[in-house]
Amino acid sequence: MKSIVIGEALSRRNFLATTATLSAGTVALLAGNSALAQGMAGNAAADVGILNVALGLEHEAINAYQLGAASGLLQKPVLDIAVGFQSHHKAHRDALIATIQKLGGKPVEEKKLDDYAKALNASALKSQSDVLDLAARLELGATNAYLGVIPSFKDTALAKVAARLAADETMHWTVLTNALGRPLPAAALTFGA
Amino acid sequence: MVTKVIAIAILVFTALTQEALADAARGKLLYESRCVGCHSVDHNRIGPMHRGVVGRKAGSVKGYDYSPALKASKIVWNVTLLQKWLANPEALIPGQDMGYAVDEPRDRLDLAEYLATLK
Repeated sequence: MKSIVIGEALSRRNFLATTATLSAGTVALLAGNSALAQGMAGNAAADVGILNVALGLEHEAINAYQLGAASGLLQKPVLDIAVGFQSHHKAHRDALIATIQKLGGKPVEEKKLDDYAKALNASALKSQSDVLDLAARLELGATNAYLGVIPSFKDTALAKVAARLAADETMHWTVLTNALGRPLPAAALTFGA
Repeated sequence: MVTKVIAIAILVFTALTQEALADAARGKLLYESRCVGCHSVDHNRIGPMHRGVVGRKAGSVKGYDYSPALKASKIVWNVTLLQKWLANPEALIPGQDMGYAVDEPRDRLDLAEYLATLK
């Protein structure tokens, strides 16, 4: 639990500063790229497809943390961290929606909370560890998904955005893994492999 | 003629060797690491559920909102096609939505073999 408190001490303020920079940076990036702003032709359409998959991941993460927060299974400091991480995913979502729209695409819509509960088998969550384990699995999956799609982006600036999103998810996974009392990877280069 | 026989023998040997090397257990570990961000075995999430994927027509899982390209595809998944898909989804079905690829042939084979166990 100490690690959670330490993680919290790392400051929600810093997290929010980071995600705010992402949103502004992403939008500014696209606003300044006339080729991308011209519509959905060719490469932009392919990039929008990838960004929409990313947006789907963020919708799911937001709802997973909502399910955890509403479960009554999380102790106060852990709950605060979960809500903090959820706020990062909301910032990711907002940045992705703005980017997709800037590219002329249609952002994929969020499903109902019950749909996410079913897909994530939320009824099986019986303890705080169960919730943290689910969150850690989703964060690791998101990290690897973002790292995996980086080479697919036609626009390298969007690849950089994906790398920044992956960095946030890795941070989440690290804190959750620590809270679960699990060891960090002994080897290097384990993410994205 | 002799050249043809040798070429066929090499192809058969290669296929048998690859099959012998296939490791579904390793594929399961890879799946947990690389695929669960978007997929589950039994539930549609960002991507469609995977149980029963081998032998299933592409784009046919009930309740999953596929891209038009997947819906229109005539492919029926098998281990070979899954490896092609994982190598480059866009090359196999242009217009699809999955931007993720698996670089290593051995990883693709093991993942496909694991997916084949999900019956």
